[in-house]
Amino acid sequence: MLELLRYFGLPTFSASTQGPAIDNINVLAHWLMALLFVGWGAFFIYTLFRFRASKNPKANYQGIRSHFSSYLEVVIGVIEVVLLLGFAIPIWASRVNDVPKGPDAIHIRVVGQQFAWNIHYPGPDGVFGAISVDLVDEVENPIGLDRSEEFAKDDIFTVNQLHIPVNTPINISLSTKDVIHSFTLTELRVKQDAIPGMEIPVWFEATMTTDELLEEIKGTAREGRGFEIACAQLCGLGHYRMKGFMTIHEMDGYEAWLAEEQEYLSEEEEDDWEDDWED
Amino acid sequence: MSTDYHKESFFTKYIWSTDHKIIGLQYGITALLWLLFGFILMMIMRYQLAYPESPIPIVGALLGDGGLLPPEMYNSLGAMHGTIMIFLGVVPLAFGAFGNYFLPLQIGAIDMAFPKLNATSYWMYFVGSVVMVTGFFVPGGAANSGWTSYPPLSNIATTGQTVWLCGMVFLITSSLLGSINILATVIQLRTEGMNWMRLPIFVWVQFITAFLLLLAFPPLEAASVLQLMDRLAGTSFFMPSGLVVSGVALSNAGGGSPLLWQHLFWFLAHPEVYVLILPAFGIVVEVIANNTRKPIWGYKSIVYAVVFLGFMSFIVWAHHMFITGMGTSMSSFFQTTTMIISIPSVVILTALFMSLWGASIRYNTPMLFALGFLPMFGIGGLTGLPLGLAAADIYLHDTYYVIGHFHYVVAPGTIFALFAGIYYWFPKMTGKRMNETLGKLHFFFSLIFMNGVFLPMMAQGLAGVSRRLWDGGEMYAHAAGVLYLNEVMSISAWLLGMTQIFFIVNMIISLMSKKTGESNPWGATTLDWSATTSPPLGHGNFEVVPTVYRGPYEYSVPGADKDFTPQNEKV
Repeated sequence: MLELLRYFGLPTFSASTQGPAIDNINVLAHWLMALLFVGWGAFFIYTLFRFRASKNPKANYQGIRSHFSSYLEVVIGVIEVVLLLGFAIPIWASRVNDVPKGPDAIHIRVVGQQFAWNIHYPGPDGVFGAISVDLVDEVENPIGLDRSEEFAKDDIFTVNQLHIPVNTPINISLSTKDVIHSFTLTELRVKQDAIPGMEIPVWFEATMTTDELLEEIKGTAREGRGFEIACAQLCGLGHYRMKGFMTIHEMDGYEAWLAEEQEYLSEEEEDDWEDDWED
Repeated sequence: MSTDYHKESFFTKYIWSTDHKIIGLQYGITALLWLLFGFILMMIMRYQLAYPESPIPIVGALLGDGGLLPPEMYNSLGAMHGTIMIFLGVVPLAFGAFGNYFLPLQIGAIDMAFPKLNATSYWMYFVGSVVMVTGFFVPGGAANSGWTSYPPLSNIATTGQTVWLCGMVFLITSSLLGSINILATVIQLRTEGMNWMRLPIFVWVQFITAFLLLLAFPPLEAASVLQLMDRLAGTSFFMPSGLVVSGVALSNAGGGSPLLWQHLFWFLAHPEVYVLILPAFGIVVEVIANNTRKPIWGYKSIVYAVVFLGFMSFIVWAHHMFITGMGTSMSSFFQTTTMIISIPSVVILTALFMSLWGASIRYNTPMLFALGFLPMFGIGGLTGLPLGLAAADIYLHDTYYVIGHFHYVVAPGTIFALFAGIYYWFPKMTGKRMNETLGKLHFFFSLIFMNGVFLPMMAQGLAGVSRRLWDGGEMYAHAAGVLYLNEVMSISAWLLGMTQIFFIVNMIISLMSKKTGESNPWGATTLDWSATTSPPLGHGNFEVVPTVYRGPYEYSVPGADKDFTPQNEKV
């Protein structure tokens, strides 16, 4: 069935630790759907053929007298309970309760806005600097970072460029500056709405690097196109183009990228943003 | 009681009419025109999705900008397509038109309980629908924040959103008046012998639908007024403070919550799903009972299932909101209620399949549409299963899978049932028959093209393509493999549009044909067919008010001289 769903559009890979579980419950649900549809369909077509008026001119007042349908309803109910208790609720509980807090996890803030994703790293001190709406400048300082504050000096932010290491728990604090957006990493089976006035944790652990992905999709329609951040919630006229890019590195590659960004920061603030605005 | 005792002017007969049949026709004609309009909006959107860089043909001239459809206009079309189809099209047709016309006839009532309220309800709807569409002519165009109108986007949207909210207040008021009327009519005006367990299923579903409208709509009416205040009076019911839009800090007071709107909205909009589907069940049951020539299997289980469905529909709403940041206990509650509500739907669908066993099936046009409803609604219901499981929904939420799912429920689902109802009751309303050949062509091509439109949506959704994208997903890598389906769906949609010409032509030539003189051409058992002429008399409906002796679906009773025994036939 997994193969069937994949033939029917589902990506052939899932690039996070929770991806296989989410694909799995989708597959189970589709098995149940397929069985019911084929079962009902077969019964339906058979009766349409067998009980047509020309073949069966006199209808039977009593009709069917079996309790088969009651059993069917009970069976569907039981399967749904199994899907709920065995799969859906545990997966959900893990999603919202197992947010990694330890030193091994990488903490990143993501701030949605019309129509871009701002990515904010705390820098070497590991603490996010202060933010103020009064400091927001759409070109120089889209998240309103207060550079004069102690923890803010080493913070890095990018626009539409999320870099993370593979096989490492990532803890994203998701928020938005304006309207509701939905932070979506299709290949990782991650999706979470960004709600104004709230900061919502999103966590995942990638299992595939960008290089591995590019290898995987050779010869398919998306050849050469790496991971992306999509917006799934209507957020205005630019909703369709609210796309970010995500690069998944090996750990050393990620650290090299961070060091490079740090270097830009120490060189001079002025022309940093230009690099990020490209693309 | 039986004949008109005063002469009516054209105005009181056709415009400010208090006759439930005329009001039903007013609702029906208005709703069908809006359905066509909403469908045309969608056909324009489908051109944009299939060929994002090309100017729109025909209507492109109205758009300026070389005929290209700008994204904000695309969003307007999307929001208005949803709003028009649901609030101006399907509900007024299913509840306003069918309910008004046939419910009093089926229970042996001479009119609705409150005829003037009934007329007010129609005119409220008419005004509301006109207000809604005037949005297209205000600066910035019609509402463009989706039919769901989530704030803060809707709070900061162009003037069209204000018009949308005003339109909704009229439409909701109309629905409330209509629902009170149906409730009072069913409770008070059933004729002698028409006890609850002798009511046709059609009456039961309208009765439960009226409850849903009465109880679910007021929260949205309140929410609409609150959003109007946010937009016009500077309140912040749905806005927190500290927002920055396009680089400018908003000066609103804050303290509100965008999620409050979502809860109020879905508290209506989930029961609304059952408002869309229950009348369809009712029509399908009537048509299937009539054309299988046997009683519906499990009448009581259907009635209990419908009542239970109505009750449960009030406690599943937040399954539309799993991805907003819900904890485990709340998501578990709403997943569980969602799984529970699937059971009565299965009961109803199963009862209809079982009803076919031992039947003598007549394949006329209404029956084809009713039978087509079953597997199509089946797909719609089944695809709700993964969406109702929060874990599976993480991936599928807000993708085309959702669009495919609810369109299967409403388009080849409810709209097929509505077509079944129109073909079935056309002889009752006019005394004439519709053409069978055109009807069958209409059915088979509609069936093919409906699936051509909606099945590929499932594939796009499984690939992760988001809904409401102006370029149909061209921007995204994950859409690359399923992008070609946009053209398949669009061509199917236009062919589906062409197919409706069979229906329109059929309607016109049937209206111009001679009356057949038969009052009960289908050999039906319910009072609408067995106790009235076709069309029924003016005010008063019945020459003799019927008395009811038996249940609604006594077909092929052993020992009877014909294969149907009407409810009002004395033994």
